[in-house]
Amino acid sequence: MATVAVPHTGYQRPAVLDWITTVDHKKLGILYLYFTLFFFAVGGILALLVRTQLAVADSGFVGNDAYNQIFTMHASAMLFLFIIPVWAGFGNYFVPLQIGAADMAFPRINALSFWLLPPAGILMFAGFVVDGGAADAGWTAYSPLAQQTGVGMDMWILAVILLGASSTIGAANFLVTMLRMRAPGMTMFRMPIFCWTMLVTALLQLLATPVLAAALVMLFIDRNFGGQFFDPNGGGNVVLWQNVFWFYSHPAVYIMILPGMGIVSEVLPVFSRKPLFGYKAFVFATIGIGGLGFSVWAHHMFTTGSVLLPFFGFMTFMIGVPTGVKIFNWLGTLWGGSISFPTPMLFALGFVSMFLIGGINGTFSAAVPVDFALHDTYFVVAHIHYVLFGGSVFAVFAGLYYWFPKIWGRKLNERLGKLHFALMFAGFNLAFFPMHMLGLDGMPRRIAVYAESTGWGALNLVSTLGAFVIAVSMIPFLIAVIWAFTRPQDQPADPWEGNTLEWATSSPPPVHNFDSLPPVRSERPLFDARHGDGAH
Amino acid sequence: MTALQHAAERTGMSNGMLGFILFLASEVMFFGGLFAAYFIARADAPAWPPEVLLSPQQIADGVKLELEVLLPAVSTGILVLSSITIQWGVWQIQKGNQAGMLWGLFISLALGLIFLTAQLYDYTQLHFRADDTIFGTTFYTLTGFHGAHVAGGVIFMFVVTARALGGQFSARNHEAVEACSMYWHFVDVVWIALFTILYLIG
Repeated sequence: MATVAVPHTGYQRPAVLDWITTVDHKKLGILYLYFTLFFFAVGGILALLVRTQLAVADSGFVGNDAYNQIFTMHASAMLFLFIIPVWAGFGNYFVPLQIGAADMAFPRINALSFWLLPPAGILMFAGFVVDGGAADAGWTAYSPLAQQTGVGMDMWILAVILLGASSTIGAANFLVTMLRMRAPGMTMFRMPIFCWTMLVTALLQLLATPVLAAALVMLFIDRNFGGQFFDPNGGGNVVLWQNVFWFYSHPAVYIMILPGMGIVSEVLPVFSRKPLFGYKAFVFATIGIGGLGFSVWAHHMFTTGSVLLPFFGFMTFMIGVPTGVKIFNWLGTLWGGSISFPTPMLFALGFVSMFLIGGINGTFSAAVPVDFALHDTYFVVAHIHYVLFGGSVFAVFAGLYYWFPKIWGRKLNERLGKLHFALMFAGFNLAFFPMHMLGLDGMPRRIAVYAESTGWGALNLVSTLGAFVIAVSMIPFLIAVIWAFTRPQDQPADPWEGNTLEWATSSPPPVHNFDSLPPVRSERPLFDARHGDGAH
Repeated sequence: MTALQHAAERTGMSNGMLGFILFLASEVMFFGGLFAAYFIARADAPAWPPEVLLSPQQIADGVKLELEVLLPAVSTGILVLSSITIQWGVWQIQKGNQAGMLWGLFISLALGLIFLTAQLYDYTQLHFRADDTIFGTTFYTLTGFHGAHVAGGVIFMFVVTARALGGQFSARNHEAVEACSMYWHFVDVVWIALFTILYLIG
């Protein structure tokens, strides 16, 4: 693409100042990615501490109090500081590019969304240095336990409120961007599927996150101002916390997975050389998951005895239907395709297979009687990790390998990428599959110590081994990243023969994103540009 | 820019206005969470106000779970009136009448401040605190967060009034006035709901 060299004149801002003051969606997207991957590492180290403690029976590696803080902060970092904002990072970089816009609708609000994150992260982790330690009531912060812990809990509450604010205004920004700034010719049903998943995610964030803010405010008032919201002595209701918390936190699991499904649905068609099978069905399934997501929160509360079991059990089965539709979308895309296996494709296929297991073992617990047996056991821990690690984290790496050439103009080494995938896939299944058996055998979640006589030692040791294999799998990834940065930016605009508009501009894109846009007459404008309009 | 203009032609609303409406939607959900807590507390209580939950010590201290309806009723009238005056201001600037808009903003600003003063005075007259049973907790949380939003709206109106005095608005360009008015209506509607559930369905 022809570029005109404009001589740099006048004041040049120092690079640091430039990054701090930027309102460019691409730079903010990169900042999001750096921030979230940093907390992925922090959360991962905490996970290794958890697994080391649980490796053998009667372990004394860390004390009970420290263990409570570690598993609470592991989940808090992974959910609030990694998975949820990492999608905002990918979304920031690629939503404007995929819809052919020059930036987000509100660039300065976009910068605000990002800059709320570092103070929140610091606030949450500063709990480790205050009296009483970091938050230790689990990421779910159930009352009355969450009323009884130290000041680290208050810091956690304020941090999560800040993160929620970031998430809410970011959601409004994404919605306006996608509703109003699409390129000429891009109707809603020609919008790339990643954008669709970001759209539904943004709607969930916009409507669910404020309810979490309300819940956290109530908890803060109870803890600090003598409030009685969750205290039955004063007429409050303990289960109220669970209701308002899960009203956000169940839709939040779709906030954490939908954009990942979007990335996988970008990657599979490109490397199968076929359009996504059932584009509209996929869109409607995404909307269906978003809508049903608001009616299943009480399946976390079956055993409280205060929710309508048949309704929430039925709705939870129902939400498996649009999820199943998506599995068929992906299989149908692969069917008869001309499939190649570069690293992003491997991670995408890893996602489909692991997320399928996560969906199936989740449906187990939708059955009320089964849930009564499995509630608060390691089976649930296995389920959430098959969805959030086997699902979301595999999708994060699919996205990183797929879009790395676009963001940084360099490709990650394929051999290292494949080694990374193989180690992570093996380590993941070693770490989390045994948890199914441990859960069925009755091992409760969140315990720091178990006795020799339980017989849980062997499976826990396997699980711990798997956790360390996952950690080792990050080494080839880091080498690939460092190696890539030592090489020149040699990637063409479209190294993968992609379908969507981000591949129509140079790698990395110029500040203004596009010098010109190809016509948009389908959901695959670049395929049309390569093969002519008659190719459909 | 072409994409932006292309989109703007489809409907009359600007991106900023759409974003603002989405922000208000999130505010509705926030208050929805707090209202839900209130309704659950009322459904759980044997009677409302839950006097039975008061300890002998609290009764001896003079805690009374009672609300006086007269002043809040007047406040409700003031807030509804201020909603009308600010909307009148918006209609004036739509016709290009800057003086009319300024009157609308001034009066609404004054009414907003009167409402806040009345609410603070009302707080001093109550015989219960936030830690006196779920009744006090929900009352102060709901009215407190509403009051904070009124204060936010007053600041919003103050900024818009200052900009109006600087002659920044015209018949074609007055989006901030409309957004401010919309926010004020939202605050008003929340108060009408609060007044109804806290004071009327007593």
